[in-house]
Amino acid sequence: MAARDSVMTPIATRDAGTGHAHFGRLLLAEWTKIRSVRSTYWSLIALIIAFLFFSWLFPYLTVVNWKQASPEQQANLYLDPIGSITGSGLFIGQLAVAVLGVMVTASEYSTGMIRSTLLASPHRVRMLAAKSIVFTLLILVIGEVIAFLGFFIGRQTFKSLVSVDLNSGNVREVFGVGLYLAMLGLFALVVGALLRHVAGAITGIVALLLVISNLIQLIPGRIGKYLYTYEPTNAGFVITAKRLPDNFLISSWQGYGVFALWTAVLWALAAYLLVRRDA
Amino acid sequence: MIQATELTKRYGTRLAVDHADFTVAPGKVTGFLGPNGAGKSTTMRMILGLDRPTSGSVTINGVPYHRLAAPLREVGALLDAKAVHGGRSAYNHLLVLAKANGLPRSRVDAVIDLVGLHSVAGKRSGGFSLGMGQRLGIAAALLGDPGIVMFDEPVNGLDPEGILWIRNLMKALAAEGRTVFVSSHLMSEMALTADHLVVIGLGRILADEPMAEFIAKNSVSYVRVRSPQPAELAPKLALRGWRVERQPDESLHVYDTQPAQIGDVAGAEGLWLHELTLVQSSLEEAFMRLTAGSVEYHAGQSDDQGSPDGPAVAGWGTPLESQAPQAPQVEERIQ
Repeated sequence: MAARDSVMTPIATRDAGTGHAHFGRLLLAEWTKIRSVRSTYWSLIALIIAFLFFSWLFPYLTVVNWKQASPEQQANLYLDPIGSITGSGLFIGQLAVAVLGVMVTASEYSTGMIRSTLLASPHRVRMLAAKSIVFTLLILVIGEVIAFLGFFIGRQTFKSLVSVDLNSGNVREVFGVGLYLAMLGLFALVVGALLRHVAGAITGIVALLLVISNLIQLIPGRIGKYLYTYEPTNAGFVITAKRLPDNFLISSWQGYGVFALWTAVLWALAAYLLVRRDA
Repeated sequence: MIQATELTKRYGTRLAVDHADFTVAPGKVTGFLGPNGAGKSTTMRMILGLDRPTSGSVTINGVPYHRLAAPLREVGALLDAKAVHGGRSAYNHLLVLAKANGLPRSRVDAVIDLVGLHSVAGKRSGGFSLGMGQRLGIAAALLGDPGIVMFDEPVNGLDPEGILWIRNLMKALAAEGRTVFVSSHLMSEMALTADHLVVIGLGRILADEPMAEFIAKNSVSYVRVRSPQPAELAPKLALRGWRVERQPDESLHVYDTQPAQIGDVAGAEGLWLHELTLVQSSLEEAFMRLTAGSVEYHAGQSDDQGSPDGPAVAGWGTPLESQAPQAPQVEERIQ
């Protein structure tokens, strides 16, 4: 190595093209980033397997235990069969999406990669936008694919008890799964960008999803109803449900809009801080 | 061309960089020298738009870094800490950067070959040694074939072979007309590579001059004389017009002359000599003297900094009090 390197001069011909950091190129760069680390594959495999497995498992257990089920549980199935199929898989799968969303931004800081990133794309807001678009679209596509796959698996499993057919009235509950996961992924990405700390951001978002979103139901009175309804993940989750939870103040689409609004506001804050803070 | 104007960075009450003015010109290696914590990395990060100056400005070919349309084509930088995702292979790390600026894949292969990482390009960079990490950082810096390259402490972690390689690389880059800006806390390293020197201490620019000028100004030599009769010898030497400093340990430092001439004087006077040594003060000492007031973390005993001659920084003794009036008869006798 030494003999060659010591006399080596760098490539003198200027063959490097124009080198402008266009938005399209930033999209390509972010896509290359996402597909070149293992955490992406592990998280997405976890999401796909967990979601599809539970889309089969819950209907299967329902069928097997039908005789022992209470009338209330039986009624529940007839009222909301799609929710019975996708609900439990979504509960687990959303954690994989949240973790991956946090990693996409926060790991840039934990590894120091952010400095290389910003040297290549010094327009920081543009970089964040490219990252957001690439990741949200990735989760949207995968989310929709597994939503419909899971639905068909669950429908087959339920066949002996109830026939579930897609129609204009309930298809929203299925593609809502992809919509919810995509928005959650973007929300987690933004939290990662704000906190810049992988463990902190994951802890925060998991606490929000699993603990805070449920605990605030216990707050009595109208305040409790408001907090429960407008908590971002609760508001977003109803896009996947046929029936709104008790105490819920707005419609499914309004709920999704609230989740989107939360995400947009935090995104704007993250973009502002990204420009203000030292990298 | 890099131009800093009144560049200032304040962290709380601490001024990391204090109204720094300097210019880094193309076609030569400019060394950025300063002790640890002097503000070198902060300055470099402000040049690259990573840190926002508290006040003042710094431009690259006339514009701030964040306004460069084709950043990697204009500037390549190796930063002090690893700036890579350890889970990504070296090849993919470079590919990500290339894609962001629309550089062709052939550039990735070219820089991997240039830094000699070909055999490990497909391996995840998290397992790289410090030296391999430095080479990957250098590959990233050269990816866009930039007109300006900045290296922050590039020899850190490199073996002697790697150090030689990067010295030659920097000289070759400068010879091609590029602007090369390299930081170090080692004067000896700078003396070997830099054509121009910017010295920083506690955030302030202490010197900004050609290396040759810095050497001429700062390389001091003197003759150390030990004699059992210093009180008699010193005035005799001073009479010759030489500057004599009497040290606390009773030795004499005599400037502007050679050992043989001092020996002649002593012999003519019939005075005993126990030691007569020519001491060449190194550039390292010159640098330490220059930054003496601006070192953030002193070692426990500041008296022992490895100079051949005891105190290196403050050890210049007190000039001899007796600026004896000319005594022609003595001089005559000697001559």
